[in-house]
Amino acid sequence: MADKIKVTIDGQSVEVEPGTTILNAARQIGGDIVPPAMCYYSKLKGSGGKCRTCLVKVAQGSEKDPRPMPKLVASCQTQVMDGMVVENTTSPEVLEARKGVVEMLLINHPLDCPVCDQAGECDLQNLSFEHGASNSRYEFERRTFDKVDIGDKVQLHMNRCILCYRCVYTADQITDGRVHGILNRGDQSEISTYISAAIDNDFSGNVIDVCPVGALTDKTFRFKNRVWFTKPVDAHRDCEHEKCSGKVVLWYKGDDVLRVTARKDQYGEVESFICNTCRFDKKATSDWTIEGPRKIEDTSVISSNHYEMAHPLPIIEKNEVLIEANKKMFHKQIK
Amino acid sequence: MSRKILLEHIDVPGINTFDTYRKMGGYRSVEKALKTMSPEDVVEEVKKSGMRGRGGAGFPTGMKWSFLAKPVGVPRYLVCNADESEPGTFKDRYLMEKIPHGLIEGMITSSYALGANTSYIYIRGEYFYILRILEKAIAEAYANGFLGKNILGSGYDLDLYVHPGAGAYICGEETALLESLEGKRGNPRVKPPFPAIAGLYACPTVVNNVETIAAIAPIVNMGGDEYAKIGIGRSTGTKLISASGHINNPGIYEIELGLPVEEFIYSDKYCGGIKNNKKLKAVVAGGSSVPILPANLILKTANNEERLMSYESLSDGGFVSGTMLGSGGFVVYDEDSCIVRNTWNFARFYHHESCGQCSPCREGTGWMEKVLHRIEYGHGKLSDIDLLVEVSKKIEGNTICPLGDAAAWPVASAIRHFREEFEWHIKEATLSQSRNFGLLAAHEALVK
Repeated sequence: MADKIKVTIDGQSVEVEPGTTILNAARQIGGDIVPPAMCYYSKLKGSGGKCRTCLVKVAQGSEKDPRPMPKLVASCQTQVMDGMVVENTTSPEVLEARKGVVEMLLINHPLDCPVCDQAGECDLQNLSFEHGASNSRYEFERRTFDKVDIGDKVQLHMNRCILCYRCVYTADQITDGRVHGILNRGDQSEISTYISAAIDNDFSGNVIDVCPVGALTDKTFRFKNRVWFTKPVDAHRDCEHEKCSGKVVLWYKGDDVLRVTARKDQYGEVESFICNTCRFDKKATSDWTIEGPRKIEDTSVISSNHYEMAHPLPIIEKNEVLIEANKKMFHKQIK
Repeated sequence: MSRKILLEHIDVPGINTFDTYRKMGGYRSVEKALKTMSPEDVVEEVKKSGMRGRGGAGFPTGMKWSFLAKPVGVPRYLVCNADESEPGTFKDRYLMEKIPHGLIEGMITSSYALGANTSYIYIRGEYFYILRILEKAIAEAYANGFLGKNILGSGYDLDLYVHPGAGAYICGEETALLESLEGKRGNPRVKPPFPAIAGLYACPTVVNNVETIAAIAPIVNMGGDEYAKIGIGRSTGTKLISASGHINNPGIYEIELGLPVEEFIYSDKYCGGIKNNKKLKAVVAGGSSVPILPANLILKTANNEERLMSYESLSDGGFVSGTMLGSGGFVVYDEDSCIVRNTWNFARFYHHESCGQCSPCREGTGWMEKVLHRIEYGHGKLSDIDLLVEVSKKIEGNTICPLGDAAAWPVASAIRHFREEFEWHIKEATLSQSRNFGLLAAHEALVK
């Protein structure tokens, strides 16, 4: 086992295994300094490097060779060196470049969030909220495609796609065979199946979960509800499929399970892939063993409606008077 | 200043056949290398020659070769990049069409130096007729024992294949080329790892331009030190320049690096001056992706020194007042050419050729093209000019491969040097449809 190496990101140091990428080192530190990633997916080999939102500045290459790297680098692909100093949110250059990337991603995006099923849990929405401009400088017609059903449960809205290639890698690595891919090139590239083949595979539903935008959506959930009106609940079942973990999130509205998804971590990556039977066919509470409410990040729009998980400021937690004054808040937290 | 090395025997009838090529001293470098030199010696000679890659980036070839990883038990590959698709560049086509054995000789010697037992020539799909020429030449080389098992009794084996692409500009980028050669979609790879570590089939690979490889034979024949005496400073040797545009004698010229640009444009030995006795307006010195320079800056540098045809002199002044030698696609514009239209044309090309993998290039190239189209056709706004500069800045340096830079530089440099013309196009939308800005100042155009 090689020695751990030290890397400093935005002034915070962390020791990581050699071969770790800057992005993963930043995720070990956590917090705001983690660069956003639209195409990188830690569970998919070969993904990343394409969307360019995770660009960071390497101010010092390593201990031995302290020269800075000449260009901004994709943090999801660049491996750390011992003594590397990385600037993410502290570098105006990086923020400027990221703003540019977000603008580019949005110029051909339909911005139809009001009618998009992904709204509320969309990576692009979050990214543009944080880094985007309030209006677009793009004054031309956006490129459009027709909606296509790929398989009987998945619909493809190519207009919304940001060409992250995640679904292609998923089909390659998670399912038994890939029948879709990228056709054409440049801004005419599109995700498509080869001569309208249907994606028919036990694991095909996972492309919905890996899609960072609303390009691949669950047909069984289409227009049923806004995600932030549904309540996520952790559940599991003994799935007979050997590759399926059976660990899912059920999204309730009242007593009905509106949809089933895999569990996603704080970076929007699924913890374990699930099969289509679990995802599309088991929509009764009696199919599942309920574990309890799913904790969703406070900042997420999904949590805004029903989890009363308010975190009082540390100063309030220590001061007797303030505890008394904020009794209601503490009551919510306990609940 | 007119020494010919690559094109020395170009006028000999039948030079495309093995027998004539051999009679004119061909394949001497293979004999010399395989019989008297070790692979390391050959690499050393190339290093001494100081030759820089002729494909565009100008990276010293010997240095590139010495970076090649040599793990035991893993094959190494040499790939020749014959996917010549930079607009304005057509030197490799000429070289392969006229002297195919020159490239094959270079391939054998270079493969020997790198320890590659299988080598590929990746040729662009549009050059299909040259593929036939090369395959015929390769068959002749096999028949004469210069390819195959145990070449010249030295125990060295080499198989050489020609592989046609499907005509994508992006496949001229070395990692996209390797992907395409492997049978995949031609998307550039994310670097590192560089091809010298993990290239073709994840094995160490060197990718070199046709002209670079063809120049290996003379370097081995004359010795690296001798070759380094040709040229000027760190720009050693000779370079093929594809001259096109509004000149009297367009064509391929082999020049010794260090030739003054003025002499190259106006001498009857080379371009022969501007067509129809017009005035020079601008020059794109190294293929469409390098910055365009106006007449005053291409003949003299910003420090009022004479501009020479060399890597250093052309890039003098950085991107503010300089350009690059690039691949040697020398395009000349006379006083009547429209820079806006030309820039739009380039932008259209890069929009069409972007692979669509990374977002700034995929979206930005299309955006720039649309804005330039609007300006060219009289619907532009004055704010469009700054918008173009900003979009080009957002693309430059933020992409996986250099195509993003290549798309951004022509636009940024055209606006930097010809901003008045862009403004005139926008302000005088009707007039700009009927005539060109020419060399006139903006106010003269307005008086008319």
